[in-house]
Amino acid sequence: MTDEVILEVKDLKTYFMVDEGLVKAVDGVDFQLHRGETLGIVGESGSGKSVTNLSIINLIPVPPGKIAGGQVLFHGKDLLKMPPHEIRDIRGNKISMIFQDPMTSLNPFLRISTQMVETIELHQGLDKKAAKAKAIEMLKLAGIPAPEKRIDQYPHQFSGGMRQRVMIAMALSCNPEILIADEPTSALDVTIQAQILELMQELTRKLGTAVIMITHSLGVVAGMCDTICVMYAGRIVERGRTEEIFESPKHPYTVGLIHSVPRLDQETKGRLYSIPGQPPNVIDLPDCCPFFPRCEKAMDICKKKYPPSVSFENGQSASCWLYAKEAQNA
Amino acid sequence: MPDHKVLLDVRGLKMHFPIKASFFSKAKNFIYAVDGIDFQVRKGETLGLVGESGCGKSTTARAIAQLYKPTAGEVILNGKDLTKLPPQEMIEARKNMQMVFQDPYASLNPRMTAGDIIAEPIRIFQKRGLIDMSTEERNDRVEHLMEKVGLSRFFKNRYPHEFSGGQRQRIGIARALALNPELILCDEPVSALDVSIQSQILNLFKDLQDEFGLTYLFIAHDLSVIKYISNRVAVMYLGLIVEIANAADLYKNPLHPYTQALLSAAPIPDPKIEAKRKRIILTGDVPSPDKQRPGCNFYDRCSKHMDICKQARPMLKEASPGHEVSCFLYHKPE
Ligand SMILES: Nc1ncnc2c1ncn2[C@@H]1O[C@H](COP(=O)(O)OP(=O)(O)OP(=O)(O)O)[C@@H](O)[C@H]1O
Ligand SMILES: Nc1ncnc2c1ncn2[C@@H]1O[C@H](COP(=O)(O)OP(=O)(O)OP(=O)(O)O)[C@@H](O)[C@H]1O
Ligand code: SF4
Ligand code: SF4
Ligand SMILES: [Mg+2]
Ligand SMILES: [Mg+2]
Repeated sequence: MTDEVILEVKDLKTYFMVDEGLVKAVDGVDFQLHRGETLGIVGESGSGKSVTNLSIINLIPVPPGKIAGGQVLFHGKDLLKMPPHEIRDIRGNKISMIFQDPMTSLNPFLRISTQMVETIELHQGLDKKAAKAKAIEMLKLAGIPAPEKRIDQYPHQFSGGMRQRVMIAMALSCNPEILIADEPTSALDVTIQAQILELMQELTRKLGTAVIMITHSLGVVAGMCDTICVMYAGRIVERGRTEEIFESPKHPYTVGLIHSVPRLDQETKGRLYSIPGQPPNVIDLPDCCPFFPRCEKAMDICKKKYPPSVSFENGQSASCWLYAKEAQNA
Repeated sequence: MPDHKVLLDVRGLKMHFPIKASFFSKAKNFIYAVDGIDFQVRKGETLGLVGESGCGKSTTARAIAQLYKPTAGEVILNGKDLTKLPPQEMIEARKNMQMVFQDPYASLNPRMTAGDIIAEPIRIFQKRGLIDMSTEERNDRVEHLMEKVGLSRFFKNRYPHEFSGGQRQRIGIARALALNPELILCDEPVSALDVSIQSQILNLFKDLQDEFGLTYLFIAHDLSVIKYISNRVAVMYLGLIVEIANAADLYKNPLHPYTQALLSAAPIPDPKIEAKRKRIILTGDVPSPDKQRPGCNFYDRCSKHMDICKQARPMLKEASPGHEVSCFLYHKPE
């Protein structure tokens, strides 16, 4: 990880109009991604992880969706203001994505070779032969045995884990600067997950790719990510370096999350810690701390106003009145 | 606390599904989903069943519940072999054994209210004249169950889509409890839930077990969940149990090379530990259960395989008291 910021998301807001009202799926998200950094985004289902990342590459369905505000600066240029042909050139080339279900990005009716070679030709300006050689090389790097033979097969001829490898090979074949991985291993078994994560780590390090890793698994972020953003109800409520977040989580939600997972390496006697209640519905949320109905530390002010983000010396920051109050009193 | 009485005794259980070799051929092939497993569940304990996708966990539970007719083997519940019971007695036995499923969305009828869903097993037994209960008593029972699983009784008339995933799972659990069963077969009941909700439901399972002395066969693919909830753990691979032991023993001292790989692959939510861990990375994919192998099912992926492993099938045998493993590293072929 270097100091060079390659992507900066500023006050991003993405809303959906549904029958029940306005879903503020992402409501003021800021973060920076540095060259070579692996950034983890964790949070509960519906907290806005996928929508954040789909917004970055301008893939929000309009309607019902709408990017209601903010900027996504890639090398200083706002992706949200780019004409469609320019963003298309960046997507799949400088910024590529992999999803939980490989079949959302693989065409079932086309051979892997057709799908990979075309993309490489298009984005890298190589001729067909060179593009195919590059594709085979990437499949090999991704651990597909006999890639020169398998490249001419169709997606259904691969197992789930192998399809995920093919997708990683495809996503990295254009040397992207940023790889966005949305739950890339959630559908896979642990032994296959370990293979795939190791592969991703090895390849992205080798190629210097920055990664945004979306996952609900604290174990996966602990092993893979340099930094973490914790999302709750459409906003980032805590962020910081991975070791620091795990060592001294500040936001009561992060604290609860870390303590509520049973541990493989520890004995948990009796009951597990658990956060009471349920994540809020993000429709028509009032402007208060969205965690207050579940928070053991909630105070009066939490029901009245959204807490400001407070930064700590180590670079960690959290949006919680506990610290804002301390800051005020100090 | 579990006593030593065996509640469920599974012997030589096999479940082979016939599949057609091809559209035109008459020859039948089989999926050997469960291929001869033996284990016991003691009254009041939780036996965890863990293993990767397709290894036969759900099939095992369904064959025990007699939702499938097993190809071979015995399923002895309270001394009675369910595979041989006449239909009337089977219905009685079923009362004592209920299932909770993974998908809280698909396993609840969307057109029934929560109250009706929970009351349904009682109603079915009432219809058959096997339970004598007034409507009022049944309503009380439903409200009581809702309270036990942490749902307000005011939600009785709501439909499944009006509940969150965790709440739906609570409805499924209340339904399973309706007939006061001794044994609950839980097939990945927390896998679809968010971390914060998962811990609530795991606590609920534990509380209910303490209160009602329930016995669980608890299926999950998450090893930390299994560790937390189980007294004993059975590890499955490709239709067979490869290791079974006390939870503490299994996690501290895994014997089978597959169990070792599984434990080393599972991520731990602590960056300091993750940075130092050395993983056993298995090569290859989980093979398909569409053929029976003459040797060890794990042969292709095992880094410790020997010649003998290809020729003979290792049996599940005790390596130390209460710790059974099927691997030639621990015992010689017969
Ligand atoms: N196309 C859409 N139309 C309407 N609402 C949407 C749409 N896409 C997302 N949303 C809503 O936006 C919110 C955030 O969704 P998002 O997919 O970002 O969650 P997530 O954090 O990725 O969750 P998960 O862990 O389940 O993938 C949710 O309330 C979701 O219902
Ligand atoms: N009704 C069926 N007919 C044919 N094959 C089946 C049937 N049910 C399951 N199988 C096959 O049997 C094997 C074991 O499946 P099972 O559902 O028991 O696995 P599992 O361990 O529960 O996996 P998961 O973790 O994915 O739920 C799989 O190969 C599956 O495809
Ligand atoms: S702002 Fe208040 S309610 Fe929100 S997390 Fe902090 S203490 Fe809890
Ligand atoms: S029997 Fe042989 S192949 Fe099978 S797990 Fe043991 S050592 Fe490996
Ligand atoms: Mg998502
Ligand atoms: Mg299953």
